[in-house]
Amino acid sequence: MSATFNPADVWLLLPELTVAGCATAVLILDFCLGERVRTALGWFSVLGLLAAGVLAAGQVGQRTAGFSGMLLVDPFAVYFKVIFLVATLLIILMAMPYLKVEQVGVGEFYAITLYATAAMMLMGGAGNLLSLYVALETMSVSIYVLCGYLKRDQKSNEAALKYLLMGAFSSGVILYGMVMLYGLTGTLDLREVGTALKGLPLTNPALVLGMVMLTAGFGFKIAMVPFHMYIPDVYEGAPTPVTAYIAVASEAAGFAAMLRVFLLAMPVLQVNWTMLFWVLAALTMTVGNVVAVAQTNIKRMLAYSGIAHVGYTLIGLVAGTETGISAMLLYVLAYYFMTAGAFAVVVYLCSGQVKGDRIEDFSGLAQAHPAAAFAMLIFLLSLTGIPPTVGFVGKFYLFSAAIEKGFVWLAVIAVVNSVISLFYYMRVVMVMYMRESPSRLPVNRSVALTVALALAVLGTLVIGVYPEPFLEAARASIRGVLG
Amino acid sequence: MQLDSWILTLITFLPTVGAVLILLVPSGRLGAMRGLALAFSTATFVLSLWIPWRFNMVTADMQFVQQLPWIPTIGVSYYVGLDGISLWLVLLTTLLSAISVLASWGPITERVKEYMVFMLLLETGMLGVFLALDFFLFYVFWEVMLVPMYFLIGVWGGARKLYAAIKFFLFTLFGSVLMLLGILAIYSYHHAQTGEYTFNIFRMVEPGLPPNLQWWVWLSFFIAFAIKVPMFPFHTWLPDAHVEAPTAGSVILAGVLLKMGTYGFLRFSLPMLPDASREFVWLIVVLSVIAIIYGAMVSMVQPDMKKLIAYSSVSHMGFVTLGIFALNAQGIQGSILQMVNHGLSTGALFLIVGLIYDRRHTRMIADLGGLSSVMPVYATCFAIIMLSSMGLPGLNGFVGEILILLGAFRVDWRWAAAGAIGIVLGAAYLLWLYQRTMFGPITHPENRTLTDLDGRELATLVPIIVLCFWIGLYPMPFLNAMAPSVNKVLQKVNAKTLRAEAPAPVLLPALPAARPAEEGKPAR
Repeated sequence: MSATFNPADVWLLLPELTVAGCATAVLILDFCLGERVRTALGWFSVLGLLAAGVLAAGQVGQRTAGFSGMLLVDPFAVYFKVIFLVATLLIILMAMPYLKVEQVGVGEFYAITLYATAAMMLMGGAGNLLSLYVALETMSVSIYVLCGYLKRDQKSNEAALKYLLMGAFSSGVILYGMVMLYGLTGTLDLREVGTALKGLPLTNPALVLGMVMLTAGFGFKIAMVPFHMYIPDVYEGAPTPVTAYIAVASEAAGFAAMLRVFLLAMPVLQVNWTMLFWVLAALTMTVGNVVAVAQTNIKRMLAYSGIAHVGYTLIGLVAGTETGISAMLLYVLAYYFMTAGAFAVVVYLCSGQVKGDRIEDFSGLAQAHPAAAFAMLIFLLSLTGIPPTVGFVGKFYLFSAAIEKGFVWLAVIAVVNSVISLFYYMRVVMVMYMRESPSRLPVNRSVALTVALALAVLGTLVIGVYPEPFLEAARASIRGVLG
Repeated sequence: MQLDSWILTLITFLPTVGAVLILLVPSGRLGAMRGLALAFSTATFVLSLWIPWRFNMVTADMQFVQQLPWIPTIGVSYYVGLDGISLWLVLLTTLLSAISVLASWGPITERVKEYMVFMLLLETGMLGVFLALDFFLFYVFWEVMLVPMYFLIGVWGGARKLYAAIKFFLFTLFGSVLMLLGILAIYSYHHAQTGEYTFNIFRMVEPGLPPNLQWWVWLSFFIAFAIKVPMFPFHTWLPDAHVEAPTAGSVILAGVLLKMGTYGFLRFSLPMLPDASREFVWLIVVLSVIAIIYGAMVSMVQPDMKKLIAYSSVSHMGFVTLGIFALNAQGIQGSILQMVNHGLSTGALFLIVGLIYDRRHTRMIADLGGLSSVMPVYATCFAIIMLSSMGLPGLNGFVGEILILLGAFRVDWRWAAAGAIGIVLGAAYLLWLYQRTMFGPITHPENRTLTDLDGRELATLVPIIVLCFWIGLYPMPFLNAMAPSVNKVLQKVNAKTLRAEAPAPVLLPALPAARPAEEGKPAR
């Protein structure tokens, strides 16, 4: 592999550079601008994201590699880039009113979020173990900082520390796994690793160990059982927009990286990891759903439900077919809209007096704020998988992938889990619609949040009713990654 | 005509349009909300009358078909159509929806906007279920419908509404998701065989499914439909849901939702999985007979009128499943007719209970008694409907039950004997209910001052009573319309069997229409 630097490759990084540049500009402007104008930085970040989105859209259909194969620009990468950009857009819209209520500085928050986003975009396009790892760490470090952003809040500090410790540990495990692959093959390029592994016997202990370590390491990042222990505390303690960010963007990034590694570097081991993920998927969704039933804090409930959704998503990897992987991609998108939306409603309820994260805080919401309650209803129905929402389409496609490959029992476990999940999602609906509110609910009204909620509702319903283009996009994204 | 291909879509989504319009009404203007809801549900009913008008009684094919691509990547299309099996169920749905809206005018005074929106959305869901010919579309409607019903029970229900609502939702969803897996199994088998992705319910079973696959898929469908019907032992959600739901909710639940299970057997299980359907006849028959007798006996001892009628539904729906799985023309025609009959008479019985509940705020039989002297019009309506539910000749219940028993008798006399016991028990609990509530002295002074029905209340009952007489006296139009479709189902389900009986276009000879309707007062 010749490691020559081609200056023209920089153009491939344009979307990422735009986001990072925007972040830097936010940092600088934060110093220069007065107190009153500073709130506009959020809208500035939104503009930056939109610009990056346009640039990323320009890469649709491209299939090139740059920086000696370190960076891939293929439909898979572009699909995830768009997801990350839209996700960050929603998070920033959500953060604007949140930061105002919590009375903390805004500049660093947007800057760090944008840096993390740039790193995620690189993760989706990583073609090399090294670039993948660097991007992963950049993202993780940014998110550790964001978790502890409420300096004076004990829970926020606890969340940051827990996340840092577990995250550092899991990054270490991933690195070990990568080392094994490198030691066996002598290359860091994902495709070359895949080719080199073809000659090896599947029982080679280093190979098996490498696979197990990568599974465990990525398992931490995507919150898969039994590596999920830290998730509820982090979700509860972190500022709500950050929780949403972890839930949707960082998990999606974890999936992107994991798919790259497993599909490009380790397709020969598919027989092994199919079995492994069968068990892990079943375990993840069951533990997530069963524990979620007992939660009284909505952020913790969404944490466990998030774990359950990771379990559903893994079904696609178990199937391992074109249908399966594209179903995963679609589900990541689905999960993003409905979960980000649910967190946006939590932010809506978060005003100076009420934190808005206990399920009781939702009492009588339907009477006091029918629009917000209706939005939450849509998100919860979607999370349960009731049509005509995106959650239904996503689950439907995942289950059809499982059945197609004959994993009937896994599908049965998954649908039984859906029924369990109905119970706790509907409890929130019940509290919103069938209980009287104890007092007039103060809420956090703002234009940004309204836009965020409207986007999330639209996404949930539009993709639910007309999934065709999104399904097509997901299918197109994995051609070339698979096989 | 252009309207023919759009009529089904039009009636399905007209209520949704109404729901959206009601959302736009400023809060506080209850009259406008109620008026809009009634206008849209009535307009839907009137439009749906176009269907029998233009219906071709000779063909077994789907009519008024509309098919548009929806998600071509995975073979999903918007495909709706109607045949003799769904025809009357669709009309029943549009009629009962309009009646339910009217029946809710008085009793529902809180959160009227949401209530009416949910009623109309529910109507869209129900119509979609009966009209969808694409399995994906069917499933979407099947589940969409659960949400408004959950709210109707949970928000406007009785004392234990929260428990009843979530129980209803959990039970039904459990069945549905298992059915989803069954659908996907057919879908992927069809794809593996032919390389084509489709959810078209006719295409996806070609060229036929292997028996062992049919077996599993049948069981998954069975759980979904049996919970919905509900068949014994899946019926435990029903008494709770019925008792706690507001009157209109109970009417819709009993009148339409329960029919979806039996409709599912007829539309999907029988023609798509014929071998498994024949193999499992014993299971359905055993459960049906238990439901008929057990439901009737449990009804007998209920102190609560609404619960009594709820359990009677278990018994009546047992007849319907028994008739379907007799797998002959009489049985199935009787079953379809009985679905309509049960929708009419049980729906009306719930209205009757609701009317007394609005006045007395109790449903306990012991709190009533002697009402016929203070509410004569009410007592008359109650009597007619009670007799129709009982199966008195001249009224609709008789035609359905006799056909089912004939169908069952042709297969095995013991089935018919068990059904006959159920009819006797049915007469017992209904007459006893009527006697305790309407006759005798007035034991509670509050009951002396009750007012009789007003015009609006009467308007909810009269259309049902008229239909009860029509079906009872001259059922031929109803039976003729369904005959070709029923025969087609029979051809499919009996295709490979050795003891196939000729799927003769058997129609019951015109019933003795001589029994005039003089049963204003029962004979006690």
